[in-house]
Amino acid sequence: MSLTNLTHIARSEGDPRIERKGPSSLTGPDRLARALGWFSIGLGVAELVAPGRIARTLGLDGKEGLIRAYGARELASAVPTLSIDKPVGLAARLGGDALDLATLATALHRDNPQRRNAAIATAMVAGITLLDLAAYAGVKAVHRRDPGNERDYSDRSGLPRGPQASRGLARKDFQIPPDYRAEGTVADALPTSVA
Amino acid sequence: MKALVWHGKEDVRYDTVSDPEIEHPRDAIIKVTSCAICGSDLHLFHNLIPAMLPGDILGHESMGEVVEVGTAAKGTLKKGDRVVIPFTIQCGECDQCRRGNFSVCQRTNRKGELGDKVFGHRTAGLFGYTHLTGGYPGGQAEYLRVPFADTTHVKVPDGIDDEKLLFLSDILPTGWQAAVQADIQPGDTVAVWGCGPVGQMTIRSAILLGAEQVIAIDHLPERLSMAAAAGAITINFMEESVIDRLNELTGGEGPHKCIDAVGAESHVNTGQPDTILDRAKQMLLAENDRPHVLREMIYVCRPAGVISIIGVYTGLVDKVPMGQAMNKGLTFRMAQAHVPRWTGDLLRRIEDGQIDPSFVITHKVDLSQGPEMYRTFRDKADGCIKVMLRP
Repeated sequence: MSLTNLTHIARSEGDPRIERKGPSSLTGPDRLARALGWFSIGLGVAELVAPGRIARTLGLDGKEGLIRAYGARELASAVPTLSIDKPVGLAARLGGDALDLATLATALHRDNPQRRNAAIATAMVAGITLLDLAAYAGVKAVHRRDPGNERDYSDRSGLPRGPQASRGLARKDFQIPPDYRAEGTVADALPTSVA
Repeated sequence: MKALVWHGKEDVRYDTVSDPEIEHPRDAIIKVTSCAICGSDLHLFHNLIPAMLPGDILGHESMGEVVEVGTAAKGTLKKGDRVVIPFTIQCGECDQCRRGNFSVCQRTNRKGELGDKVFGHRTAGLFGYTHLTGGYPGGQAEYLRVPFADTTHVKVPDGIDDEKLLFLSDILPTGWQAAVQADIQPGDTVAVWGCGPVGQMTIRSAILLGAEQVIAIDHLPERLSMAAAAGAITINFMEESVIDRLNELTGGEGPHKCIDAVGAESHVNTGQPDTILDRAKQMLLAENDRPHVLREMIYVCRPAGVISIIGVYTGLVDKVPMGQAMNKGLTFRMAQAHVPRWTGDLLRRIEDGQIDPSFVITHKVDLSQGPEMYRTFRDKADGCIKVMLRP
């Protein structure tokens, strides 16, 4: 049963039900960004919960604290990536990818018995980096404002008699209702003050 | 029928859904001829307001033709009537309705208990605006069920295009109420923050109500040009200090009346660092709205001045300078628009040629392009200010 059918329990029987879903406002880059945001959450949780296992697997023994910090970083970048400010989150992810690659590079030396695992992880991070780049560029492109194509609406007054002739036109036949009045003057009622 | 349906944050789809049905004798069904995307729909698009559920139909600015009428609504409506549907649903009978406070009608929120818990006391049912306001299907669709239809409609004449009448549903009475809330007097300087569709209507309302000087504040050139077209003096907050300029324009005394037509989502930029902090807190669910405009208005408003808030706020705000507001003796007035209170008068002004609301439409497209238009409107791309949709 789809989610939209489930949520119909919150509506009345006569309310329209979805029969067929149509095209969405979400674009491909939006969906990619969302997927990367959720990936960040998954990876971040793993790095926070199991830094020791990750460190041993990659031959980065002694770097558990750093891996935990990277986990917090992943979660922090997931928040804007999953928000409407995706470029901010994706830029943070790209920065994190660079840090990840730099850290993994230290594990690629021949003396690391887990060198093969580190190489696989490096390749995966490189692939994710490409996806982050694609998502960042895509999101920026589909949501741009096209500077240079600014419209001029200076001929749209909406006041058929012109702004000057329209000023105060409603005062002739519209009284501010008593429950909306805030203004007034009591100058006439006050005794004249002595200088 | 086809409808624009909310499926999650930034996920609006052009779905096929079942047709609405009469559920109550006071209902009517209208065939929608025109509808629009509102700036407040963007708060739903961004999932800023809790209590949207996947499958909810969006839209609270609609007009069309009555095609079916419940037995109790037959006294005031008949098939073929051309109507604009206010975004507020009102019973016309409760104490609040009798006072003219239609947007806080006490009877039309079919999930009033939820509203009671979240707001302290319930507000009116609204079309397409979360389950906090009843979870009613909205009008960005081919058909719309109108509850309490006998009191929730504005009959409009043939011979005037939808473009001129549609905005009686929301942004025109909303802008008008923003200006009325400010109690504009001759000689007043009125500053309006936000040159979106409601801000544009507010500016023109302030002009019609006799403000001596109307100052419009925004950063988008196309919106500022539209504001200037009505005679407003414009301030681009990315290019100059709003506070300094307002004081300069008012002899150092500040505007008499300040109107917030921005609401929850102030523009985030490094020139206004408080907006960055607000945005960070929003992401961490430590704040709901970004009240930069509130802070600025309170600071610059003339003592004993009036602050009129018509921009929608959704929840909790932080760092609002109550000390400044209290010590300066400011009057605050705010509400969702009590639409029917103003629509009779505004319809007459449209017919008289005093105002033509169609000026604000920048994009007129088929309903099927709705998902794309939500993106365009949100990104403020292609000079987009107001999107009108034709089912």
